[in-house]
Amino acid sequence: MPTEEIKKEELVPIFIMGKRYEVPPSLTIQKAMEYAGYQLIRGCGCRGGICGACGTVYRFPGSYKIEVGLACQTVVQPNMYLTQIPFFPATRSSYDMERIKPTVETLMKAYPELLRCLQCNTCTKSCPMEIEVMDYMAAAMRGDVARLAELSFDCVMCGLCTSRCPAEICQYNIAILGRRLYGKYVASKAEHLGSMVQAVEKGKYDQMLRKLTDTDEERLKDLYNKREIEPEQADEDWIPKEKTYL
Amino acid sequence: MPYTAELKELIKKVEATRPARVEKKKRGEEFSVLSLKEREERLRKYHPDFVEGARREIRVGPNKGYAISPEIVALLEARSRVNPDSIDVNKIAYETDVLIIGGGGAGTAAALTAQEKGAKVLIATKLRHGDANTMMAEGGIQAASKGEKDSPYYHYLDVVGGGHFNNVPELVYTLVTEAPKVLAWLESLGCMFTKLPEGRLQTLHGGGTCRKRMHYAADITGAEIMRTLRDEARNRTDKIKVLEFSPAVELILNEHGHCAGAVLYNLETEEYFLVKAKAVIMATGGSGRLHIQGFMTTNHYGATGDGLVLGYRAGVKLCFLHTVQYHPTGAVFPEQAEGLLITEKVRGAGANVLNIDGEQFVNEREPRDVESASFIRECTEVGKGIPTPTGKVGIWLDSPMIDILMGEGAVRREFPGKHILFRRYGIDISKEPMLVYPTLHYQNGGLEYNSRCETSIPGFFAAGEVSGGVHGENRLMGNSLLDVCVFGRIAGGSAALYAKEKAKEGKLNLDHVRRYHKEMEEAGIITDRVAPMVLPDYSNPKVRERQLTARYLGTIR
Repeated sequence: MPTEEIKKEELVPIFIMGKRYEVPPSLTIQKAMEYAGYQLIRGCGCRGGICGACGTVYRFPGSYKIEVGLACQTVVQPNMYLTQIPFFPATRSSYDMERIKPTVETLMKAYPELLRCLQCNTCTKSCPMEIEVMDYMAAAMRGDVARLAELSFDCVMCGLCTSRCPAEICQYNIAILGRRLYGKYVASKAEHLGSMVQAVEKGKYDQMLRKLTDTDEERLKDLYNKREIEPEQADEDWIPKEKTYL
Repeated sequence: MPYTAELKELIKKVEATRPARVEKKKRGEEFSVLSLKEREERLRKYHPDFVEGARREIRVGPNKGYAISPEIVALLEARSRVNPDSIDVNKIAYETDVLIIGGGGAGTAAALTAQEKGAKVLIATKLRHGDANTMMAEGGIQAASKGEKDSPYYHYLDVVGGGHFNNVPELVYTLVTEAPKVLAWLESLGCMFTKLPEGRLQTLHGGGTCRKRMHYAADITGAEIMRTLRDEARNRTDKIKVLEFSPAVELILNEHGHCAGAVLYNLETEEYFLVKAKAVIMATGGSGRLHIQGFMTTNHYGATGDGLVLGYRAGVKLCFLHTVQYHPTGAVFPEQAEGLLITEKVRGAGANVLNIDGEQFVNEREPRDVESASFIRECTEVGKGIPTPTGKVGIWLDSPMIDILMGEGAVRREFPGKHILFRRYGIDISKEPMLVYPTLHYQNGGLEYNSRCETSIPGFFAAGEVSGGVHGENRLMGNSLLDVCVFGRIAGGSAALYAKEKAKEGKLNLDHVRRYHKEMEEAGIITDRVAPMVLPDYSNPKVRERQLTARYLGTIR
């Protein structure tokens, strides 16, 4: 499609909070709102689909269905009636990560309303990230922290699930508690990292690093050029030939 | 929108060369890497930093005569958003030990540490807590964590090599030695790093690394770190207070010349109000939304360089701002995804970069500035870029190679965010390559500070992208998430200690703003331009032409 055709493309009607505007059909909802004249303060964040600031719900005339999307990712469609939900009140528990355990009791204590889940699947249908929200809620009720963490990993915490939940549950806050429990207690610890931290704290690298901070540019360049490069396709057990600075 | 018929036809050329390239990759044969001298030449000829008009001298302030991007100079040569005479410095809305300006990775890491050291903390942030470039960082976080093949020594060499050997040594020393500790800290907070079943952290290469030390959480490493830090801050709401939609527009000093708070602006009620603090940490991040040289950007909506303006007006020097980082791989197709970051990890996982003939023209893991300059060269002088339907030009990023190299499903597993996103537009990136072009990505320089995050003003600290020196003239992938965590934590500790032991009570003032205005007039800069910018304006210019109300005339604006 050459540029002129894009310029000449026909505008389509959309309804922002019920008010009609005509916008180019190739725009995302976010850019369409700006095209209409809005300067966004709420409901706009990373503009790249990861921060969860721009959760949006919309509907078409004659359809019962409520549709959802992130405004920065969803392309407009003719006659959509839309509103952003930039904020929705949420429940949130405070917890001390050092004192809790990765168990169903922890989840239930922090969020007792978890048991109110009706398994209606509205949360899943409301998720712009296509996450199986109801399934991770089921995992939470079973105390399956690993499954809860895995299923909810792509969550951007936009809150659309919470805005639609008939049981008034705040799913995304339960999910992040699950992920943190998983990351801290369920996933195996990185032993090699612990050893490295100890070595650093004992000052193992101080002298070799001081040689670098105190040297001149020419010598640095020489050392840089002579670095042994780990091959891209090398296995996890690759070891360099030069071991003086390990 | 899916690829057009013309682009699909061009993709066939990529597919034609793919089997041979995959075989080469498997044999470990790489496209030759440029020598330091060749890198230098390529940058001078093709990097946007070196084009005519890329830099202009600042005419006022502590760096008078320093030449940087005109878009930043315009903000430095601007007036305060508010007349200092109309502010009553005795009317204090909030008092705290440590005020942190910015609620991204650096600000939040600082808040946690400052609170742990006993300080009462207030975070003032322009948008929501966590709305920051940290959230958008995808590829990973560097740290030497595997002692049998890597150490802070090699990390140090990589950092300074990437930064053109101009980095501030003490800052790099701190960055690489704190790196493993920060990683362990994040693990203890429950960050879900991608691991092998027995707990060993998975690592990849990034551009300019000699060891695979890029740790990651799928392709949303920054989001995982940001949401974890924010969640932890929310566990401590009694001691860490957060004011959202409240950007700082000016620092406040006291009669001793120490930093003692800030003027904040309520974006919704349009009020200005004062926070008095014993110490202030600037953590406002970068400035991609200034669209330097008209480049598209990967940055967050709020990345408008506010902290540079505030710090500079108060008298803190700027450094390393003469270079700007363009990320080689920003999406140029489809139009809706324009400017969107395609993580370097895609290249780290094995994807080649190719011209219109499906040929390689540069090693895919050169440092970012060299890689970007090479893309620009291929699209301009060589003329082998791929034209897009909207009149742009791009380079192929051959993501389907990853599925062939690492096994079917690897793209979907390793890059779930991007896979979903492109699928929405009808493009399966495990089957079709992506079209990319350099995009404005990172503010290499910023406020001058030291390894304790102290600036030249007592009581004023800086951390993260707003500061300059650690990355020299070019940052490597995975070192910014590391930077915000390392220096955020240090800033929090330094500020808490300062608040407890060194802060001196004194009368507040905004004299530095008056002095700055006067200096501008003396330099002949007569302007009604105001800064900080706070937010970009992407509203339709045609609509703006019709917004004719004189402000506050009558009962409604």
